[in-house]
Amino acid sequence: MAAAPLILAPSRSEAVVPPSPPTIAWQEFLPNEPALLYGSTLNPPPTEHANTVAGEAGRPAHQRWAEFGPQAEHYELHAAQREGWVFNPAYPPQPVWTFQAAVADLSVLSPVVHSHYGHPMICRIYNDLPANHTGFGTPEISTHLHNAHVGSESDGFAGDYYSATKAGPNLTAPGGFKDHLYSNIYAGYDELQNGIGDYREALGTLFYHDHTLDFTAPNIVRGLMGFFLLFDHLDSGNEKDPNPAALRLPSHPYDYPLSFCDRRFDPNGILYYDQVSPEGILGDKTIVNGKIQPVLRVARRKYRLRLLNGGPSRFYQFYLVRPNNVIQPFTYIANDGNLLEKPLLNQTNVRLGVAERADIVVDFSRYPVGTELYLANRLTHRPEDTRRPYQVVAPGDRVLKIVVDREPPEQDLSRVPSTLRPLPPLPTTAQLAALPVRRFLFERRQNMWAINGQFINLNVPRALVPMGAMEIWELYSVDDGWDHPVHIHFEEGRLLSKTTDGRNVVIPVHERGRKDVFNISDRTVLRVLMRFRDYKGKYVMHCHNLIHEDHAMMLRWDIV
Amino acid sequence: MNTRRKVLAGLGVAAFGWAAWHSGSSLQQPAAPLAGVGGTRFPNVPLLTHEGREVRFYDDLVRGKVVAINMMYAQCSNSCPATTANLRLVQEMLGERAGRDVHLYSLTLQPELDSPERLREYVERHHIGPGWQFLTGARADIEQLRRALGFYDVDPVVDLNDLSHTGMLRIGNDALDRWTMAPSQTDAAQILSTINHVDSKVVHTAYRPHEAPAEQLAQA
Repeated sequence: MAAAPLILAPSRSEAVVPPSPPTIAWQEFLPNEPALLYGSTLNPPPTEHANTVAGEAGRPAHQRWAEFGPQAEHYELHAAQREGWVFNPAYPPQPVWTFQAAVADLSVLSPVVHSHYGHPMICRIYNDLPANHTGFGTPEISTHLHNAHVGSESDGFAGDYYSATKAGPNLTAPGGFKDHLYSNIYAGYDELQNGIGDYREALGTLFYHDHTLDFTAPNIVRGLMGFFLLFDHLDSGNEKDPNPAALRLPSHPYDYPLSFCDRRFDPNGILYYDQVSPEGILGDKTIVNGKIQPVLRVARRKYRLRLLNGGPSRFYQFYLVRPNNVIQPFTYIANDGNLLEKPLLNQTNVRLGVAERADIVVDFSRYPVGTELYLANRLTHRPEDTRRPYQVVAPGDRVLKIVVDREPPEQDLSRVPSTLRPLPPLPTTAQLAALPVRRFLFERRQNMWAINGQFINLNVPRALVPMGAMEIWELYSVDDGWDHPVHIHFEEGRLLSKTTDGRNVVIPVHERGRKDVFNISDRTVLRVLMRFRDYKGKYVMHCHNLIHEDHAMMLRWDIV
Repeated sequence: MNTRRKVLAGLGVAAFGWAAWHSGSSLQQPAAPLAGVGGTRFPNVPLLTHEGREVRFYDDLVRGKVVAINMMYAQCSNSCPATTANLRLVQEMLGERAGRDVHLYSLTLQPELDSPERLREYVERHHIGPGWQFLTGARADIEQLRRALGFYDVDPVVDLNDLSHTGMLRIGNDALDRWTMAPSQTDAAQILSTINHVDSKVVHTAYRPHEAPAEQLAQA
C-alpha cells in the first residue's frame, strides 16, 4: 500500500485530551478495616417469580428456588448517586455512583460483601440512580457477580438492565429492584449429590459490577463496582478457626480488598469520560478503592491483600517496594480469586489484566513500626494507548503507600499453610482428545472488535452447551494490535495450553489454577477446559477491556 | 486500493455546481475543546441533505433529538449495501417513530463524489423511506464530523482506507447527553434495543412487533 497522506490522518501526537491535573500524594487514609455489608430484612419478602407488582424487574423465575430460596439470608444494595466524593484533596468533591447499604457508609464507595458456601443469599439490588441523569453513564443497572456460579437470572446478563422506567431487552418489565439468588454452592452440585458441590471449585475473591449493555464502561467509571468474598470450611475467613482443616489465612480486618482502576480527570479535576472515543481514554490516575494515592495503615502482622484490576483499560504489574525502590517479597496465594494448590513464596510482582485478581499475603511483622512501603506499578502503556501494555519500567508509578503504624492488638495466629486448595484432576489425554472444541477468534473489525467475525447480539446464542458438559474452548487472536482479557461467565476454566506462533509457551505457575479471565495477545491460542454444570440459561463471553466490551466484543452462549 | 487519496485525485468527476458549493464552505480547522467536558459537543457544520436542503449538523439534526448516525458512500460495494439493508430493517421496526422520535442519518465518506443528487439516487435505489436522511458536505467539515463522532482509527493507514471504514452506528440522545453505539451489521433488533435504551419515551427496549407502540407502553 502506498504511504497514506498524513494531512487527514488523526495522529497520536494530537493530544486532544490533556493529562489529569496534578494530585497531592499520601494525604488520605483508607479505612483500617474494610467496610462490610450486613444483612437486612427485605420487604416484601423475595419470591421465586419476579414480584413485578411490588416493583421488581421482570426477570425469569429463580432456578433451584425450592433448594435455596426459602432459607437464604437476605441482603440489599442500592445503586445510587453519592454527592461529594473526594478522589484526591487536589480535586473538588463530586458525585459518583456506588452500590451502597440502605444506610451508606460514606467513608467508602461500595461495601465488601462476606458470604459463605452453604449459606445461600438473596441480594436485592435497588436502582436508586437519578432517572434524569445527563452525561456519561446510564441510570440502568444489571449487576454481574463476577464469577459466581448462579442461575442466569441472577447473573447480571447484559440485556437484563433495569430501572423503574426501563426494561432491558431480556426482561419483561421495568423495576426499581431485582433479586439475585446467590446459592453459594460449588460447581459440581448435581454431579456429587452432596448438597454443596465440589469444594475444589470454590471461588474466593469475586466482585460485583454493572454489566449494562453498551454502557458497562461509563457506569463502572462512575463507580458501580464492589468486592464480594466467599468463604468455606477451608478458607473460612477466621484465622482463629479451631477446625483443623481450616487454612487460617489472615482474616478480617486483616483481609483487605484493593481495587485499582485507571481514570482521567478534566482540567477542573472532575472525572472525565469520552462517550464517543473509539478506543477509550487511558486513565493517567490510578484510583485505589476510589482514592488517588491513598495511604493504608497496617499493623505489624500478616495481611491478605486482594488486588483487583477494575479497568477500564490499563494493565498493571505491581511491586511492593521500600522508599529506595528495593523490592519486597510476598506470598501469592490466589489468582482470579481462586486459591492455588500451593502458595507461591517469595514473589516479587503481580501482573493484572482488566478484571484479573491476585490474593497475596504480606508479612508486615518483618518491618519495624514506622516503616513505609509502596505499591508501585511498573507496567507502562504507550502514551494514550489503550490497546495493550508496553514495557516494564522501574521504578514505576507509586499508587498506594503502606505505613506500618502499630503493633497488632493481639498475637497474629494467621498462617499460610504449605497446601491451600486442591485442584480437580484434569481429564486424561485421551479424554481431552474426545472433548468437543469450540474456537473463538478475537479480532479488530470495522473500527470495533468482533468474536469470530460477528458483533454482539443478545437475542441469539452463538453456542448451545448441554448442561453438565465439558468442552475445550480455544481462544485466539491474530496479532492485530490489541490485547484482550477475555472473561467467560459462570464456571472457572483451566488453561490446558498456550501457543504463540505455533510454539508451546510455558503457562506461568500462578495461571495453572482455575481462572475466569484469559489474556490473549499476539498470535496466541489458549486452550481452556470449560464445564457447565448445575444451571441453565443465557450467559456471555466478552473482552473485559470495558471499551472493547461496549464496542461489541461479546457473545451470548446458553446452557440448555 | 480505494483510499481517500484516490478519491481526492478524482475530484474532477464532481458536478461543477456541487464543487462550487464545496469550495465556498468552511475549511478552517476545528477548535479542539476537550470532548465531553460540559457535555458532548458535535460541530455545527453546514451539510446538504439528499433532498438538497441546507442544514447545520448540530442545530438542525442533533440538538435535543434521539439520533442514529453511520457513515457510507454510494460507490461502496463492501460493507455499505448490507449495512443499508440492515438499517432499513431498523427503520421498519421503528415505524412511525422514524423521523419523529428517532432520526437516522447517513453521512458520506466521499463528499466529492456523493452529491445530493447522487445520494437521492441511492435513497431511491434502496427504497429508503422517510425519517432517514443522507448527508454530504465539504470534505473538511465531513472530516471534522467523522472525528467528532468517533468514526476513525488512530492508525492512519487503516483510517484512510475507505474499504475498512467504520461499521459503528453512533446512537445517542442529545437532550440527555448520552451516547453509545451499535454495530450497524448486527441483528436489527439488537440495534433497535440500543436506540430504545437512549430514547426516554421507551420503557421496553426489546423489539415487540405485535404489541402497542412504545409510547403507549410508556404511559401505561
